[in-house]
Amino acid sequence: MELLNNLSLGFGVAFTPINLMYAFVGCLLGTLIGVLPGIGPLATIAMLLPATYALPPVSALIMLAGIYYGAQYGGSTTAILVNLPGEASSVVTVIDGYQMARKGRAGPALAAAGLGSFFAGCVGTLVLAGFAVPLTEVAFKFGPAEYFALMILGLIGAVVLASGSLLKAFGMILLGLLMGLVGTDVNSGVARFSFDIPELTDGLGFIAVGMGIFGYGEIISNLGKHASERQVFAAKVEGLMPTAQDFKRIVPSILRGTLLGSMLGILPGGGAAMASFGAYTIEKKTKLQPGEVPFGKGNIRGVAAPESANNAASQTSFIPLLTLGIPPNAVMALMVGAMTIHNIQPGPQVMTSNPELFWGLIASMWIGNAMLIILNLPLIGIWIKLLTVPYRWLFPAIVLFCAIGVYSTNNNTFDIWMVGFFGVVGYTFIKLGIEPAPLLLGFILGPMMEENLRRALLLSRGDWSVFVTRGLSASLLAFAALLLIIVLLPSVKRKRAEAFVED
Amino acid sequence: MNIKSQKDFFSGLVFVVVGSAYALGANNYKIGEAARMGPGYFPLLLGILLALLGIVVIFKSMVVETMDGDKVGSIAWKPLFFIIAANLSFGVLLGGLPSIKFPSFGLIVAIYALVPIAALAGDEFKLKEVLILATILAATSYFAFIYALKLQFPVWPSFLIG
Repeated sequence: MELLNNLSLGFGVAFTPINLMYAFVGCLLGTLIGVLPGIGPLATIAMLLPATYALPPVSALIMLAGIYYGAQYGGSTTAILVNLPGEASSVVTVIDGYQMARKGRAGPALAAAGLGSFFAGCVGTLVLAGFAVPLTEVAFKFGPAEYFALMILGLIGAVVLASGSLLKAFGMILLGLLMGLVGTDVNSGVARFSFDIPELTDGLGFIAVGMGIFGYGEIISNLGKHASERQVFAAKVEGLMPTAQDFKRIVPSILRGTLLGSMLGILPGGGAAMASFGAYTIEKKTKLQPGEVPFGKGNIRGVAAPESANNAASQTSFIPLLTLGIPPNAVMALMVGAMTIHNIQPGPQVMTSNPELFWGLIASMWIGNAMLIILNLPLIGIWIKLLTVPYRWLFPAIVLFCAIGVYSTNNNTFDIWMVGFFGVVGYTFIKLGIEPAPLLLGFILGPMMEENLRRALLLSRGDWSVFVTRGLSASLLAFAALLLIIVLLPSVKRKRAEAFVED
Repeated sequence: MNIKSQKDFFSGLVFVVVGSAYALGANNYKIGEAARMGPGYFPLLLGILLALLGIVVIFKSMVVETMDGDKVGSIAWKPLFFIIAANLSFGVLLGGLPSIKFPSFGLIVAIYALVPIAALAGDEFKLKEVLILATILAATSYFAFIYALKLQFPVWPSFLIG
């Protein structure tokens, strides 16, 4: 069994003391920011990217991955205990989770979320390990036309799954793609849109863009809200153990959530937030058993399913990144950055050129999930205490770490000015009701798309039909078109509007 | 015609302005043709698309009714100003401004500037609390970034260490 050999290689890498430590640090940080409302994995990973320069690449990626899936665990704690989503992916957990907490059943709700997440995380990791090899083989058949089509599919996926207006999400993608083009053109050596500023010939730093838009923009907007909107009331937790009845109910919903989450995670543009919402909708459609609490009133299945789904999705969204080199969402876009920092080109060749990194990362996710369940269930008391830390202590620290982080990327104050600039830009987006996540995805994909478009058309001698005459490329584009048509259907459009009403 | 959605109207405006700026700027570079794209080809294409999309968004904002006019709402000038000011003063103190011969004051001084200025963005400002916070953050940063990660930062004022 090749898979077993690979996995044992992976565990060999992941079980070294140093990597265990970084997995732990990642999970701990992930839980921390997951619990704290107002700071998400995107801002945290952007903040920590520069700090990973000094680390070996495997350890760096293990830690950053831990932050991402750790945040999915932590987010549920806040959702259940204080009626606030700690993360975007926990929005639906709030509905039934907080109702359970109000009835004194916070413990079982937390346990359902934790156990569901653990199971889903393990399955997600297995899916990742199992799918990686066959998908990598497909990836080698990809020419520039296929890559371009796949990126179109990814971007359409991001538009479809973004909250709010479709048109504005399209605009953000285009804006991101254009921003990604700033800097020296690789083919002609011309410095584009750099206004003769030497720092801009290298392009806009995506750390500066990410931190400015997601870190500063968010803080300014949070501070602009009235204090009462930020108030936190923590519920009490007594007894974690779910009853036998609870177990009987959550097992099928965990299975359903895991399945759906694993699928949505692989889909370009998909991710944890969409998975949790989808899983909740499915649970709501199933029949209530006799004596079961209705949804919205504290049904334990309404906690277990979305929490399993978001965790499964956060694991499987590594698949497109690791096998095709294409980030399916904004967090994965930052992971591309993390890999490039260490001179690793994401894509199918990672598995052959850096097998320790590839399998080590996968193995570490399983270990990380085991750590997280310990961090989140027996040690829940610590996280509850953390919820009482006032925001006025947190935000100056976040501002500081953003500034330090961005400076350390190049040891150049120019990056600090850029963070400030993009902070204003990010706040503008929030005020205009535009979700900025698609921008970052476009920003990362911009240069890649241009490169592949150029190559595809060079090979076809300028014939645009190359994208539809090649089978693989045509089917990818057809899938993208299908996605677009589905969301534009009136009935789906209405449902979608309802689903995102929480934001 | 009235603006039915203020947020969409201004979003569309941003798209039109940025899209046209890119499209116009792209004309400074060689455009080329599909088979041999110059550096201006892709930006021109995207810029035009963005500007067109912006026009659609603006059009929609004037036609489609919304419940409450979808107002942009008041702008949080105070946090906006202090957060950005904290960020800029951190940069100036950390690296100095060689163009006007402003010396570098180093990381520690920069932290003691950033934290209070940023704190002014909040609802309440307690000097004692803020100074304690700054001290904790300065110590943590020194330990984490300078001692443990060994990042190359100016730590102390350049004129003191000569």
